[in-house]
Amino acid sequence: MPYQFVWLIFLLPLFSFIIIAFFIRPFVSSESKVAGYITIAAIGSCMVLSFWALASVMAAPDHKILIPDIEWVVIEDAITISLGLMLDSLTAVMLLVVTIVSLMVQIYSQAYMKGDPGYHRYYAAMSLFTMSMLGLVLANSLLLMFVFWEMVGLCSYLLIGFWFHRPSAADAAKKAFIVTRLGDFGFLIAILSLYYNTGTFDIQELHSLAISGALAGTTLTWAAIGIFAGAAGKSAQFPLHVWLPDAMEGPTPVSALIHAATMVAAGVFLVARTFPLFEHSTEALTTVAVIGAFTAIFAASMGLVMDDIKRVLAYSTISQLGYMMLGLGTGGVAVGIFHLFNHAFFKALLFLGAGSVSHASGGTFDMRLMGGLRKVMPWTYITFVIGSLSLAGVWPLSGFWSKDEILATTLESQPILFWLALITVFMTAFYMFRAVFITFHGEYRGGAQDAHGGHDSHDGHSGPHESPPVMVVPLVILAFLGIVSGWWNVTGGFDVFMGHGETYGFFERFFSVLTHSLPLISLLVALAGIFLAYAMYQAKWLSPERIGDMFKPLYILFSRKYWLDELYENIIVKIVTLKVLFGGLEKIDTYAVDGTVNGIANGAIASGRAIRHAQTGQLQLYGLFIGIGILAIIIVVYLAG
Amino acid sequence: MVLTIAFWALAIVGVLSALGVVLLGNVFRASLSLILCFIAIAGIYITLHADFLAAAQILVYVGAISILILLAIMLTRDVQHGSPSNKLRLPAFIVAILFVGTVTFAVLNTRWQVSSVPPQEPTTSAIAGLLFSVEGFILPVEIAPILLLAAIIGAIVLVREK
Amino acid sequence: MSIGLEHYIILSAVLFAIGLYGALSKRNAIVILMSIEIMLNAVNIAMVAFSRYIVPALLTGHIFAIFIIVVAAAEATVGLAIIIGIYRNRETIDASQINLMKW
Repeated sequence: MPYQFVWLIFLLPLFSFIIIAFFIRPFVSSESKVAGYITIAAIGSCMVLSFWALASVMAAPDHKILIPDIEWVVIEDAITISLGLMLDSLTAVMLLVVTIVSLMVQIYSQAYMKGDPGYHRYYAAMSLFTMSMLGLVLANSLLLMFVFWEMVGLCSYLLIGFWFHRPSAADAAKKAFIVTRLGDFGFLIAILSLYYNTGTFDIQELHSLAISGALAGTTLTWAAIGIFAGAAGKSAQFPLHVWLPDAMEGPTPVSALIHAATMVAAGVFLVARTFPLFEHSTEALTTVAVIGAFTAIFAASMGLVMDDIKRVLAYSTISQLGYMMLGLGTGGVAVGIFHLFNHAFFKALLFLGAGSVSHASGGTFDMRLMGGLRKVMPWTYITFVIGSLSLAGVWPLSGFWSKDEILATTLESQPILFWLALITVFMTAFYMFRAVFITFHGEYRGGAQDAHGGHDSHDGHSGPHESPPVMVVPLVILAFLGIVSGWWNVTGGFDVFMGHGETYGFFERFFSVLTHSLPLISLLVALAGIFLAYAMYQAKWLSPERIGDMFKPLYILFSRKYWLDELYENIIVKIVTLKVLFGGLEKIDTYAVDGTVNGIANGAIASGRAIRHAQTGQLQLYGLFIGIGILAIIIVVYLAG
Repeated sequence: MVLTIAFWALAIVGVLSALGVVLLGNVFRASLSLILCFIAIAGIYITLHADFLAAAQILVYVGAISILILLAIMLTRDVQHGSPSNKLRLPAFIVAILFVGTVTFAVLNTRWQVSSVPPQEPTTSAIAGLLFSVEGFILPVEIAPILLLAAIIGAIVLVREK
Repeated sequence: MSIGLEHYIILSAVLFAIGLYGALSKRNAIVILMSIEIMLNAVNIAMVAFSRYIVPALLTGHIFAIFIIVVAAAEATVGLAIIIGIYRNRETIDASQINLMKW
């Protein structure tokens, strides 16, 4: 594949953004769908190019394609910063994920965003986002990556706050921006510290330095942890996870693309991209694994009790991202990225399904107002169930394969975390099927009242109905991918592509669930979770209310999200930041800075008041002083020489 | 020898009359002492072979400025209370003594490159040649009348009856 | 001992110091003016003495002295006019009472 085409992959969405933002949005009515077509065409081309790129990478030796750099900033004898892309197996896989999911989401949005006054703005931002995300995965230096890293953050901000006239959306956008910024600070420090210690931003050079041992010890550990801080912010890992549930204020396709499939996975990708740095620092790798496992179970516990379907999915996303981190921390790049790869498809599917459901039931996302939608929206129902099964990790859907690998590697290296992960499997299965049963089974509970409708949809509804084909087709495609994407690694092909692992026979592995204990256990645990959900919400053998009462403290703890929002908002922001930090700074400003300025002025006034007594108006006194001065000068000149 | 005697005589007269200017209680007498001082200085010029300057000194100082001062004294007669000193007498005295001491010290400690060329005499034509030649001081000479004119106009404006 | 440059300079310094003392310590504005004239004359003596002993052929000291006399004449004219003006306005020529520029 000629390298110009690689540049094209991320330039196409940029062109589409420029055309929409500067030519279409000002001059074409928002009724027109031309912006959507342009975006879809651009991203569709990107997808084709990505498949080509994948094929070329597979064929290339070492699974790498070299792309010449462009010199960007050159300071003679000091700094050379180059712009460059790299295309290896990791990049190729990410390109595929980003372009496929993005394309599906853009097609889906054609119907979902129809008639929205911000239609062009939506597509402009989506194009920009896709471009930034592709740039992020293609960048070959940490510096360039950081630029795109911030750009996806910006797009995320713009799209979460897409309906900026709603205060909750504006607040959520701000929250996302600020919380991720905390992590980005760590990332930036890590970049600078690496540059200071090695003199390069280039990822491959850093890899070889880490592998050769030239970069090691505390420097490496802290750099890796700084990078992980950035990844934790972007990927919503504990304790920086609080922004992601609120980010659901954005349009649902945005949630599907950015806050489930791609951007939040950028953190995982970043760790994978710089993995040699982590690999040579046990502390950093352990940190990744522990934070990942803790986030997985922590977020899943909150997902158990949410009533908003998008929030259930949001916590599920956080939990799954934790899983990916755990996979990276225990098993390496292939394991974590494989889960990312599978997760992207079925989680995008679930979000789009949720959007479809909301579309049908008058714009609400509250599951308590839905119910019985199985009959009226069969396509949505089937695809949603497929996504849920995949997420729960039921054989032979894609989620099963990657989850199984993570469990297996965790059991090998971190047995304690394995139990956390296994509990998470149970919880995941339970909350997903809780959502399925409440939403699709039982009786229809009326949807949104018209008075407070219009949350996320734009035309009046006379009752639940199936979504238009333009929304259903992406669901079906994603459902298909959600089933089969995991089969890539049944033979170990994905691991080999990623650079380590061995191949197996397809059928031998495919049916390993019957022959090996661990896959069987994880499958049984998942089925147990589904069964419990069935028992509570479908068959009603157990009353959710009674169980809720039994575990009331836990229920409150989960539904109040461990009071972390309150902790951050009331204690850290209001007291630590506003009172202590800013209050202290204010004191410094008032007393030290202003004090200095005023002190100088007061000193000038006071000395003027004292010295002005010399101004007697007596010319002869002045003359006397002149005489003394002249004498002094003469004497000094003589004494000096 | 004649020069030596003349110098000492003129110097003593000059210094004494100058002292008279600042020490005499009567302003009128002080002004007469000033005239004497001017004349003594004219004599000093003669000992320096500066005949033209001596004449100019007599004409300008003794003839014009002294008369002006006398006129001013008479005009302000009704507020004259002699020539009292102010509070700065002692500091002024110290400064003056220090000044003399410093200059004396400086003069005596400097190696003057005294020329052995005999002084010109008379100087009038040489000075005229310098003052009125383009290579000399014709420009300052032409500016000086402007200064004098400005002084005259200024003086008239200041003292004119409103 | 023959009379040399030093004698003239010291004479000049003495006259200057007397003038300085008078200019600084007298209250009568006219006496101050007279003291200033003494100082200017003292300077002239120094000028002419330098001219006579250092560069007898050039006569530049004489020229300077002539210009100083010109300026002194102008100064005396304006100074006395100011004194008359003050006398007319404030009925005094006491320099220590002329302190409009006081803080």
